[in-house]
Amino acid sequence: MKIKHNKNFTAGAIITAFMLAVILIGMVWTPYDPNAMSGAERMLAPCPSHPLGTDNFGRDILSRVVEGAGATFVIAAATVAIGLAAGLVVGGLTGYYGGWLDEVVMRFNDAVAAFPSILLALVLIALFGSGKYNIILALGLLFIPSFARVVRSEVARQKSLDYVAGARLMGAGDMRILFLHILPNIIPVLLPSVAIGFNNAVLAEASMSYLSVGVQPPDASLGRMLNEAQGYLLTAPWYALSAGVAIILLVLGFGLLSEGMGGEYGAA
Amino acid sequence: MALLDIRDLHVTFLSTGKEAVRGVDLTMEPGQRLGLVGESGSGKTVTAMALSGLIERWNVNMTGQVLFEGRDLLACSRSQLRAVQGKDIGVVFQEPMTSLNPLMKVGRQVEEVLKIHTDLSAGQRRARALEAMEQVGLRSPERTYEKYPHQLSGGQRQRAVIASAMVIRPKLLICDEPTTALDVTVQAQILSLLRSISEEFGVAIFLISHDLSVVRRLCESVCVMYKGAIVERGDTDRVFNDPRDEYTRRLIAAIPKRKRHE
Ligand SMILES: Nc1ncnc2c1ncn2[C@@H]1O[C@H](COP(=O)(O)OP(=O)(O)OP(=O)(O)O)[C@@H](O)[C@H]1O
Ligand SMILES: [Mg+2]
Repeated sequence: MKIKHNKNFTAGAIITAFMLAVILIGMVWTPYDPNAMSGAERMLAPCPSHPLGTDNFGRDILSRVVEGAGATFVIAAATVAIGLAAGLVVGGLTGYYGGWLDEVVMRFNDAVAAFPSILLALVLIALFGSGKYNIILALGLLFIPSFARVVRSEVARQKSLDYVAGARLMGAGDMRILFLHILPNIIPVLLPSVAIGFNNAVLAEASMSYLSVGVQPPDASLGRMLNEAQGYLLTAPWYALSAGVAIILLVLGFGLLSEGMGGEYGAA
Repeated sequence: MALLDIRDLHVTFLSTGKEAVRGVDLTMEPGQRLGLVGESGSGKTVTAMALSGLIERWNVNMTGQVLFEGRDLLACSRSQLRAVQGKDIGVVFQEPMTSLNPLMKVGRQVEEVLKIHTDLSAGQRRARALEAMEQVGLRSPERTYEKYPHQLSGGQRQRAVIASAMVIRPKLLICDEPTTALDVTVQAQILSLLRSISEEFGVAIFLISHDLSVVRRLCESVCVMYKGAIVERGDTDRVFNDPRDEYTRRLIAAIPKRKRHE
């Protein structure tokens, strides 16, 4: 697969690589225990020992941002994984077989897509209960339709190409044709959607946690931190800023990546 | 027993109500090379699809019989059909650019049919693929095996497609305009390749073309199709030199003089 290295792609790759490095390091080491409170060091402004300051409990904000970014990343990745896996199956089968099942599933898809996804996520959370794993499940379910749609249209297009007819004429079974021949060929089209989906998942997780239905205290998550920080916006602006910038970097990195890929494949 | 015996085949598309094939009868003996010519839209491809089982059955109404070694393919279930497809009947399409999977190594695609129909080991499959690639005139098969389709020329790709059909030694090879997308010299090479394959391995070839002069270079007999029906059939030279049907005459008149005397 060729990705021409345009500016968007390069910038996105650098930002994403930086964030991934920070997150990976944060999984094994943070300057302080992200949950360690210290009454004496509450609301410190950025200083040499706490580069991003401390919060209202005296916890090190840098450590919490790193850990929160990790949590947000894992949730977003898991959400995309669920949406993508199910989307591949649903979109693959409907695109491949077509017919009435395709009609029914895609109308259902349209219906789901017609609702604001945060609203639906809140409904699902109300059903499942809040918490990290339920957020993943709820968002993952909501992401299925958009992936299914992309997969379906691309599978339907590939299906009409001669190499698929050739495989059928060799006596290959449907599953072999779909998974071995067609699916690898839709990856180029899928990658930008994955990047965009990841972004939406980051934002959705942040929103949910901001609304206090996502990651629960004391665990850090970027949305959760924004929520806590808003009470101290004037007294400790670095708190909200740190969490906000981390979200922006995550989203920007993947946004630029998808832009870079989309531009390339869109032109092809 | 005839290899292929099509009896009164009718194919009507349900979506448009068009009867694309209107009562075709034809017979092929093992090892025979038969051409099917006709203008664009005359129903050649639909006939080939009906007998290879590629046609979307839910979209068509088919009547008649397609007897392959005495067995009616139209009456076969999809899985019964799959046992014949590829193994006994191979197909080569017009467009070598799209008839290979762009993301699969050429060698793997040549082997594919062995994977589906035999339980040869990976090493045996590879050996057979290399042998087939050599037989169709792909030079340095070892290296070509590792290449992807976009690294081959149009002619090489068509050879690879032929290798992928021939690797399992089918009894019938259906070629739908196999040379139309290629330039003239490559066209001639592919036609002589098909001829030598057919002679060497005794595989029957059903060649579809809109160009009677192409058919003449490969096939001993020919059927002329017009609006879904066969209007004339016989020995290729006889049809060429002494056409009896008005439509056949027009078809021959349409061939440039230079090609007529080749
Ligand atoms: N899937 C389909 N649905 C409806 N009609 C079809 C379909 N496929 C083919 N037809 C019709 O069947 C007729 C015969 O088409 P066919 O493809 O067999 O022609 P052909 O002789 O192969 O022409 P060409 O030389 O252009 O390949 C045409 O009128 C075409 O419109
Ligand atoms: Mg055709």
